[in-house]
Amino acid sequence: MNSIDHDRIGRADLYRQNILDHNRSPRNKRRMDNATISQREVNMSCGDDVEIFVRIEDDRITDLSFDGVGCAISQAATSMLTEKAKGLTTTEVLTLGRGFIFELLGVEVGPARLKCALLGLETLKKALQDISEKKQ
Amino acid sequence: MNEQKPIIAVGLASQEFPMLQDVACRDRNGRPFHYLDSAASALTPESVLRAMDGYYRQYRCNVHRGMYDESARATEEYETARAKVAGLLNATSEEIIFTRGATESLNLVAYKIAPQLGPGDEVVISIMEHHANLVTWQQFAKQYGFKVKFISLKDDFTLDIEEARRLIGPQTKVVSVMQISNALGTVLPLTELRNLARQNGALFVVDAAQSIGHRPVDVKAMDCDFLAFSGHKMYGPTGIGALYGKREQLNALNPFLYGGDMILEVTEEDSKWNELPHKFEAGTPNIAGAIGLGAAVDFVTSIGVENIEKHERTLAREALNRLTTVPGLKIYGPSDEGLDRGGVVSFNVEGIHPHDMTDILGGEGVCTRGGHHCAMPLMRRLGLPGTTRASFGLYNCEKDIEALHSAILKAIKTLKA
Repeated sequence: MNSIDHDRIGRADLYRQNILDHNRSPRNKRRMDNATISQREVNMSCGDDVEIFVRIEDDRITDLSFDGVGCAISQAATSMLTEKAKGLTTTEVLTLGRGFIFELLGVEVGPARLKCALLGLETLKKALQDISEKKQ
Repeated sequence: MNEQKPIIAVGLASQEFPMLQDVACRDRNGRPFHYLDSAASALTPESVLRAMDGYYRQYRCNVHRGMYDESARATEEYETARAKVAGLLNATSEEIIFTRGATESLNLVAYKIAPQLGPGDEVVISIMEHHANLVTWQQFAKQYGFKVKFISLKDDFTLDIEEARRLIGPQTKVVSVMQISNALGTVLPLTELRNLARQNGALFVVDAAQSIGHRPVDVKAMDCDFLAFSGHKMYGPTGIGALYGKREQLNALNPFLYGGDMILEVTEEDSKWNELPHKFEAGTPNIAGAIGLGAAVDFVTSIGVENIEKHERTLAREALNRLTTVPGLKIYGPSDEGLDRGGVVSFNVEGIHPHDMTDILGGEGVCTRGGHHCAMPLMRRLGLPGTTRASFGLYNCEKDIEALHSAILKAIKTLKA
């Protein structure tokens, strides 16, 4: 009988040091008074709750922060995102996919936790999408 | 005290379960397999697998009206399975309708009863109800204009029966409640609720998904009008379950689905319905599933449902004793010694999201479930995103609880160190 491929189904080392570190000491976790736009999204099924604040100047993200509660994966991935997406243009952020988040986390997240990992990025993209739609 | 604590060194009949015997569930590093998710789905014993395999290999033909031996045998085995289910519940065969499971059974009841209700009428359920019993009434209430009222919990996680007395009145047409909460392990006071329903002429519907096969259930003694359950939570296959309905209640309802087998006569203008229970079983049924469910009834009966109940209760008590020693851990469910409870232990550790806890437990080979357990309104009342839930089956033993305990400590160390 075949044994289960635990890596394939997402039984990789999710609770690595970098993820735990960002969960314990999240970066840029603050509300922003002078944000160009803010956006809040919730994973209803698990209660992960993220609000993203973006400051945009000349189509470039000059400041990025977040607030929220939820599991370690959603909070760590959002914290990492706020560090790495600062300085990118709106268009650049909108092309980012799950691969970008997997790289930040250093691990491919399986289907059971994918929504947690992508919540921050999805929230940021939604905010920027709203802005670019308004421009058009 | 020198007295030895009761120790459950081995599970009941755990040797009968393939998933607990071979290496299929263990990876190359010898990861263990502590299955504590039976409330979601209980594992399947050999005898159930053999019964279904026997059908597919020896007489895999359709039921009813086939004039050859193999079809006759399929009909006989299918109807024998129905009789076994009826026997387990102390019902008659015509009162047992095979469905896909508790969800379909509860939907059948709501689909047929709700159109008889309207403005001014009320359906009373508990705040603990599974979405299968909650969303159904909630959505039909919007369509037909009746109201759904919720009975709350008390601080000790038991049902607030005082509130039930206030809520259930002449305007109440249906009282529909679970027997055991899948999220908390709470056992609902069915006798009192039944009396309140009867005094007010309301129908009494029971979601027994967590109780059938786990404790003795007698529909005559319970005096319910309808009772729903799933096969896969009582060691049977997935995709099969049943609805019990009192004969006069089922006779009073029109069919649920139309199609083959459920009719007596069809003309271009009209149709006549088949007799019970076939009136409610349109189309070729899940024959192998029903036969498997019949074998599962034999299985739990051979062990003794009252023995299973005692076993699960001892395991839950042992788990509560151990887990309450973990710093920061809070139990969500009845934990006082005197309170009746099911084999479900729900908990959170302060500062740890249940998905992180459940994920780390899974990595240790301790299989639990994290989240809202299909009871989002309950979780919202409790102010929680969810809980981690360990649930026990007849095959579990003390080793599984030890593994759960040490995996929780490991998760705390990982996430909070």
